[in-house]
Amino acid sequence: MNWEMSKIVRTVTDIMVVPIIVYGIYLIVHGHLTPGGGFQGGAVIASSTALLIIAYGSFRDHKADLSSIESIGLTLFIILALLGLFLGATMFHNYSAGTGGLFGGTVPQGINPGYINTGGTVPLMNIMVGLEVAAALSLILLMMGKASDSVEVEA
Amino acid sequence: MIYFVLQILVLVGLVMTSLAVILFKDLISAAISLGASSLILSLQFYLLRAPDVAIAEAAVGAALTTAIFIFAIKASQREEGYR
Repeated sequence: MNWEMSKIVRTVTDIMVVPIIVYGIYLIVHGHLTPGGGFQGGAVIASSTALLIIAYGSFRDHKADLSSIESIGLTLFIILALLGLFLGATMFHNYSAGTGGLFGGTVPQGINPGYINTGGTVPLMNIMVGLEVAAALSLILLMMGKASDSVEVEA
Repeated sequence: MIYFVLQILVLVGLVMTSLAVILFKDLISAAISLGASSLILSLQFYLLRAPDVAIAEAAVGAALTTAIFIFAIKASQREEGYR
């Protein structure tokens, strides 16, 4: 990478990256209540990576870190699915819904505004998918940027 | 009524941005037109009451693929043409 955009673009990027990441985390954590979820929130977080790479044009090689985060997310997702198999009846069985633990609150009957502490394993799986998608799409962007940097362009 | 007018406007904008993609000779302009087309398509998904798909389309179509196209154009040549 050998370009850097103007100071206006870099300042707006600095201001906008934090709300974009916070919105992505909101989409992931509220995935069982509102539209959104793991994939959408992870894609929003990865778009902040695209903004940073295009505005600044230089980055460190985070390939190993992002690959580790992606692997950790997928492994924890599969472990949660297998816990459903061993603690409950089937794979992906929602064993912790309504038991009072983490995300284990009971949903009241009737129309309600939606409570964050419900859902059992669904929010945990959303968080794992969000980690995996954010890391994987950021890794794709980093690798594409690095590959486009190493190509010699003929005039 | 406002829903009908908005939907007509969205469809006209979708056709116009898609035509701009294939008519531009400058590939950066074509990639940005493709991003605008994705953004209008996500608005159409929202109007059709699929906000889930609209968020995914806005994030992947308008942001990520535009960035990847810009990287690919930077590694190639900017103007369309045959050599």
